[in-house]
Amino acid sequence: MIILAFLVQTLRIATPYLLAASGGVLSERAGIIALTLEGWMLTSAFCAAVGSFYAQSPWVGLLCGVAGGTAAAALHALASIRYRANQVVVGIAINLLAIGVTRFFLRLAFDSSSNSPRVPGFDWYVASGDAASGPVALLASLVNPLVIAGIVALPAVAWVLANLRFGLRVRAVGEKPEAAESLGVSPARVRWAAVLAAGALTSLGGVYLALDQHQFTDNMTAGRGFIALAAAIFGNWRPTRVAVACVLFAAAETFQIQLQGLQLIPSQFVEMIPYVLTIVALAGVVGRAVPPAALGKPIG
Amino acid sequence: MSARAAEGSLATTWLAPLVALLIAAIVGDILILSFGQAPGEVYRLLIEGTWGNAYGLGQVLYKATTLTFTGLAVALGLRAGLFNIGAEGQLAAGGFAAAMAGLLLPAGVPAILAVPFCMVAAAAGGGVVGAVPGALKARFGASEVIVTIMLNFVVLALLNWIVAANLHVGESLHTPTINAGALPRLSEVAPGFHGSAANATIILAIATAAAVGWFLFRTRAGYDLRATGLQPDAAEYGGINVGREHFRAMTMAGALAGLGGVNFVLGYKQYYEEGFAAGAGFLGIAVALVGRNHPAGVPLAALLFATISQGGLAVNAIVPKQMVEVLTAVVIIAVAVTVPEVQRLLASTARRVTS
Repeated sequence: MIILAFLVQTLRIATPYLLAASGGVLSERAGIIALTLEGWMLTSAFCAAVGSFYAQSPWVGLLCGVAGGTAAAALHALASIRYRANQVVVGIAINLLAIGVTRFFLRLAFDSSSNSPRVPGFDWYVASGDAASGPVALLASLVNPLVIAGIVALPAVAWVLANLRFGLRVRAVGEKPEAAESLGVSPARVRWAAVLAAGALTSLGGVYLALDQHQFTDNMTAGRGFIALAAAIFGNWRPTRVAVACVLFAAAETFQIQLQGLQLIPSQFVEMIPYVLTIVALAGVVGRAVPPAALGKPIG
Repeated sequence: MSARAAEGSLATTWLAPLVALLIAAIVGDILILSFGQAPGEVYRLLIEGTWGNAYGLGQVLYKATTLTFTGLAVALGLRAGLFNIGAEGQLAAGGFAAAMAGLLLPAGVPAILAVPFCMVAAAAGGGVVGAVPGALKARFGASEVIVTIMLNFVVLALLNWIVAANLHVGESLHTPTINAGALPRLSEVAPGFHGSAANATIILAIATAAAVGWFLFRTRAGYDLRATGLQPDAAEYGGINVGREHFRAMTMAGALAGLGGVNFVLGYKQYYEEGFAAGAGFLGIAVALVGRNHPAGVPLAALLFATISQGGLAVNAIVPKQMVEVLTAVVIIAVAVTVPEVQRLLASTARRVTS
């Protein structure tokens, strides 16, 4: 029972990481730095809460969330591909923009500076009393389209990168855009497609957060986009390894939450794990992380 | 387009930021109108609440002081060809070190000794945090962008833990008040600033900007640093140790951001408080960008962003103060987009004229 609860909670915590990291892998493999995962997620979480609240339907929330997050990704693509702006600068700015815009419209839409009203989520099994923490309720909480999407996302990205023509092109423009161009492929178009798809995938992570907590709260992503980016780097931009990294980071968090009462390790040290591991991986102490060759470079 | 050409053109220096401000103003109008208010009235309040009275001006100067340090920290890194996203953590570490130094000293140590001691501690605290990505870049070629971002989280979590576990006062998230090293507020000289946080650190900020300018453009080491940023391969060929320059630039950048902690800790509250950096490190990126990475441009850009930031509070009664967060981000994106775009347009115009 404890093990089941641990596994279920790990998977639920991992869901936004898996979704955002799949977007991160796709974007970075196409050569666009994914510092914006945080901003895309926050935007999509807010749009999901708005959609779900006004339509009283989580599905509308899902659509709005994906639309909002993908729009944020389109802004990123416009600035960094069309206008060849510095991707790091634009990435940081879009994260700031997402915080500001969601705060502003939180006040405009719900007249609050902290959170939205309660919104419907994807819960189809509602238990009360003891049953609410029983095995049935635990397993039922996983039957959620977004949790399933999280499980599928990285394997799907792996398959696309390995088997589809689009995947090959993404890898080509991430490593050597000139080579792709000489074959008649427009690197800009491939990058646009990859960033928009990455935005949609990452948005699912933001939608999950808002609908799972049944509300939008100010800055609710709280660095999860950066943890996903850390997972993408720690997993050396290979989808299967990235998935393992996401689950590993989530398991560490779950461990900390479940053992909170024992005060074994301060929570701040658990928070540090993904970031410290990423720095270590970049330094190449264990299995050097090597980024795509054309990452961050505008197309000539 | 090389960094040299980007920096040389007068048109890009002034035109791009102006276009960016215009775009920000348009976005601002849309936000204000969406809240059912008149843009003119909001902008009038914004100016009135910042430059229109001594208290507002004092707050602007206080915020601009911290932003000057973080802006210089980002600008110095960029001059060496490195993107320092770590100013947030460096600033926090500097403030923490200054507070520790102030707590360590017994009460009654004269300011002439205590203040420099705390300042050195602040610079050292930020410098250590900056040195880590510098060393990893020099030794392993690890991306300083990712390392500084990740290190921000690590440093802030570590400081939060130290304060939460050992140093906080009562239910608060701050350390005890320092025993020595406090700096006077500007209101002690000019009573009009009464109530505002502006303090003597502003003099340190101006002096530091001047010192960075002197270092970059008047010393051998500054030349080596700029050469590394402009053309690392050529610099290496010319006998410059690029790895060492990267390490030195990041350490200095960290120290600059760390010194910014003096403004809050010695000048304002006289203690370290969790979260005091409050995004000033990230805003430093905007400041460096708009200030064109120049020690003279950085303080001016810091004033601009401090005005926008303080202006948010001034207009909060009729439009949400969060509007200014949006405007700040729009300015950054617009500058990032218009600088290469203006250069491209100028180049194509020049071609048309000459052909």
